[in-house]
Amino acid sequence: MDSVLNWISTNQQMIYIVILMIFLGIEVIGRVPSVLHTPLMSGANAIHGVVIIGAIIVMGKAESNNYTALILGFFAVVLGALNVVGGFVVTDRMLEMFKKKKQKNGN
Amino acid sequence: MGISLLTFCYLVASVTFILGLKMLSDPASARKGNLIAAGGMVIAIIGTIFLYEDNGENLHNYGWIFGGIIIGALAGAFAARKVKMTAMPEMVSLFNGMGGACAALISTSEFHRIGLTTSPAWDVNSMEDGGGSRLLVILLGLIIGSVSFAGSMIAWGKLNGRIRDFTFRGQHLFNIILLLVAISLAGYLLASLSATNFYLFYVVLALALIYGALFVFPIGGADMPVVISLLNSFTGVAAACGGFLYANKAMLTGGILVGAAGTLLTILMCKAMNRSLANVLLGSFGGSPQAATASKDQGSYKEISITDAAMVMAYAHKVMIVPGYGLAVAQAQHACHELEKLLVEKGVEVKYAIHPVAGRMPGHMNVLLAEADVSYDNLLEMDKANEEFPTTDVVLVLGANDVVNPAAKKDPSSPIYGMPILEVELAKSCIVNKRSMKPGYAGIENDLFFQPKTSMLFGDAKKVLQDLIAEIKSL
Repeated sequence: MDSVLNWISTNQQMIYIVILMIFLGIEVIGRVPSVLHTPLMSGANAIHGVVIIGAIIVMGKAESNNYTALILGFFAVVLGALNVVGGFVVTDRMLEMFKKKKQKNGN
Repeated sequence: MGISLLTFCYLVASVTFILGLKMLSDPASARKGNLIAAGGMVIAIIGTIFLYEDNGENLHNYGWIFGGIIIGALAGAFAARKVKMTAMPEMVSLFNGMGGACAALISTSEFHRIGLTTSPAWDVNSMEDGGGSRLLVILLGLIIGSVSFAGSMIAWGKLNGRIRDFTFRGQHLFNIILLLVAISLAGYLLASLSATNFYLFYVVLALALIYGALFVFPIGGADMPVVISLLNSFTGVAAACGGFLYANKAMLTGGILVGAAGTLLTILMCKAMNRSLANVLLGSFGGSPQAATASKDQGSYKEISITDAAMVMAYAHKVMIVPGYGLAVAQAQHACHELEKLLVEKGVEVKYAIHPVAGRMPGHMNVLLAEADVSYDNLLEMDKANEEFPTTDVVLVLGANDVVNPAAKKDPSSPIYGMPILEVELAKSCIVNKRSMKPGYAGIENDLFFQPKTSMLFGDAKKVLQDLIAEIKSL
């Protein structure tokens, strides 16, 4: 019990962030029209690509003679970059089509 | 100075993620929202590379870092640009899997560090302060990331037809046991990691990968969007584990935000199909052979020729087009728009009826038709379309099946019973274009095809539409 309380008090900032983000995440997309489900999923997919920051840290901390760490980190960076760049580009391509339609309506 | 500037970078990134997600849920601002989030991501990445300090030391191995980023970015951008609109869902799944794998690799790498930094190696008691909670988030990130990776790969393979459904008796029970074993092993490691049992970490990794694959295997292809959305939120949580590990607030906000929003999105998708998440995950009706064999003999269907179909449509007052996955596969959206224009010239009123889960993803059809310049005003959502069917002369169903299956309304024993459908049988007549009489993704027969009002027009959607266009022109 003590250790749990200890853990909560040392990590309280993080725990607050987690709780607030859960509510925010639900609130922010609560009224999304079904047309946007796919692009929204894709956009969210790109945002969790933020995991690449962890990969960069792992890579950057690895000693230059520790090949296991270097290789693991390298792959992590490659995959993370794939997730981020691919995710945002795919989302943009989907949304581009919505925009084209809008311009036409304006004319 | 560097470190506080980095904190500011992460703050900016977190705000852009929230703002981006908010803007993504409104059609008018969606594209801008995506770009804003991307901008925040760039700031966070560059900030991390140049400003991050670990015990007062900057990061090194810049060559490896930039090499990795360039390779990943080029491959990602190339794949994302090349992919066809029909293959978008697969692409999202693939990228999601990459994120999951990235999280699992981070955990693996950090686990190795524990072995290096503790003395004697792997002794959990000699770990620095907070060692236990570090190990906890490492294991969580590993399990969630691996499940997400393996699951996404299977979903990807299923969507592009490389992997068939695969079920065996007692699979759900087996899966649950598998997961419990993986979690118990992780718990055991947490309590007593030592030099003699650290290899169990790799057992946990293997079990999580197998679980991820088996978890997705039995789920029918039509439910893949829901699964991808769920795995998407898993990866978000895995990224958040990394946030805990490095006390990194950008990773934490981004990850949890996606985890929460992704879960809600998953539920919204299930609602659009009038099913519960549990039903989707455990139902696995796509692969069940009983569904196909249980269908009774439904009599015969009648075919219609291209000429007759063209005639019927050209002289109708109102035509409603119901697009489905078949349209997407055949890349027939442009031909479809051409047919629409031609009919409108002839004085026919043409509308599109869009089922929320038509295609392989919610909104799939809207994106596809928007690509072909179909006006947004002509796309009717399900409720609106159902109001208009009784006054419609001809319904043209293009490669849709389960979303127009009347069994969803009438047959309580049907696996799709309760799903809201487009009630095309209310229209005066219905022409169904399909490639063959094979059942749709849910693997069940469709009564609609055997009704007297319905006539079948077999063939590839694009080919059929082009023939129809030629025929109507020559009328």
